[in-house]
Amino acid sequence: MSEYHDLIVVGGGPAGLAAACAAWEKGVKDILIIERDKELGGILNQCIHNGFGLTYFKEELTGPEYAGRFIKMLYDTGVTVRTDTMVLNISPDRRVQAVNTHDGFLDLKAGAIVLAMGCRERTRGAIGIPGDRPAGVLTAGAAQRYLNIEGYMVGKRVVILGSGDIGLIMARRMTLEGAKVLACVEVMPYSGGLNRNIVQCLNDFDIPLYLSHTITDIVGKNGRVEKVVVSEVDENRAPIPGTEMEFECDTVLLSVGLIPENELSRTAGIEINPRTNGPVVYENMETSLPGVFAAGNVVHVHDLVDFVTAESQRAGRAAADFLAGRSVSGDADLELACGDHVNYTVPRMLRLANIDKAVGVFFRVNKVMAAGTVRVTDAAGAEVAAFRRQHMAPGEMEQIQLPKVLLEKAAGPITISVEEASE
Amino acid sequence: MAIRKMICITCPRGCHLEVDTETLEVKGNTCPKGAEYGRNEITDPRRVLTSTVRLEGAPGACRLPVKTAGPIPKGLLFKAMDALNAVTVTAPVAVGQVVIHDLLGTGVDLVACKQF
Repeated sequence: MSEYHDLIVVGGGPAGLAAACAAWEKGVKDILIIERDKELGGILNQCIHNGFGLTYFKEELTGPEYAGRFIKMLYDTGVTVRTDTMVLNISPDRRVQAVNTHDGFLDLKAGAIVLAMGCRERTRGAIGIPGDRPAGVLTAGAAQRYLNIEGYMVGKRVVILGSGDIGLIMARRMTLEGAKVLACVEVMPYSGGLNRNIVQCLNDFDIPLYLSHTITDIVGKNGRVEKVVVSEVDENRAPIPGTEMEFECDTVLLSVGLIPENELSRTAGIEINPRTNGPVVYENMETSLPGVFAAGNVVHVHDLVDFVTAESQRAGRAAADFLAGRSVSGDADLELACGDHVNYTVPRMLRLANIDKAVGVFFRVNKVMAAGTVRVTDAAGAEVAAFRRQHMAPGEMEQIQLPKVLLEKAAGPITISVEEASE
Repeated sequence: MAIRKMICITCPRGCHLEVDTETLEVKGNTCPKGAEYGRNEITDPRRVLTSTVRLEGAPGACRLPVKTAGPIPKGLLFKAMDALNAVTVTAPVAVGQVVIHDLLGTGVDLVACKQF
């Protein structure tokens, strides 16, 4: 069975929904979304807490509400959806092969593709925690799904490793459901989560946060976690002998980072940025394969779904422009390089012809700063733009808008760096 | 006079506030909501509660996500969880549908967050 669609969107979470809706609004009328879960909405379905939508909808919504609004918008379009369908392979000529129990094997061809596969959690294996291998060690997201969708409590006495937002949210959630959360342990000297989540998820419930600490042993001889050993770490993140603390617990939740899910992108031969583990993208979210776009957590892990939506709309509209022959593909006019204190930028390459008035650039800093200045300079060292910021942290994504008129004057590659303000 | 330092949780920006516990003067906020949050944290701290309740009649689903339509007093969060555990909702359910009216006499309704 072979069929053609103008646009195929891989993934029906917030990124895929926003990309499909935006492409539809820009005139693409033959769109297929392929989603591997049984329903649309992606990870938002299990994120039952509030805090979504403040930027996009100007009100505070829960995850299911945010997803529900986009699903409703999508149902008002003629976009086709195949749920419970797994994409197996994407090839550079924009063939998409997928499988489900209804159609069997699907061999599809697309005019353009938006990759919106999102990300998945790092596991115990990814960080190599020593100790026994008992039951009761779960990723925070797995626990969230069990609790919020399936209705199972995964433990009574919990230690959380990592202070990413999912871990913080689960600390509160497990506490409200009657569990005792003994500690949240973070190897870095700062939290990877949003400040507001430290306040409302840990401080509100007197859950201690141990910064510069990690789990150095998991003990569970009889099939279930019995206790963990937590040690302080030095500046090289090596455990300091003699600082061991023991926590008797039955569950360890891991919130130790997310990895963009790019097996399909890699097989397709798309260039991956080793800093983000996501595709290298141009100003319009096009990847190194012409006509293949990417958006959301598959490109880089976001803190806020509102930014995923904005980025995915950019990708959806760009796919529509590509299909209508309104955009240019191919080499970049300007590359963006990372200077001091900047971990990565999205996009990494710019083609001025595709930029209307300005281009938004996302980036993350590599340390906590009370205040600083974001400097944008060209190859000659001339300042293209500068932006003052109060409080920057690795856990909070930064965004700047670079006006096209300034970029046109820039000579050669552009460097984005951050200068910390002296106290 | 005492100054309490806190981080505003109204939005992801997380402004660092300094609140005078007597005059209720707020510094460090970048919007009016931050000033309101700072004052309320001293006089009457409140939180929006989100959780799930038992769901029946929806194939493949057993939990309905719910939230309080507005913030409730922080001290009532665990009592509210007990009240939620006593509730069963039967599909069909619409987003915004009231699950518990006037939760614990707070004047705030508990509403559904997902359609089934």
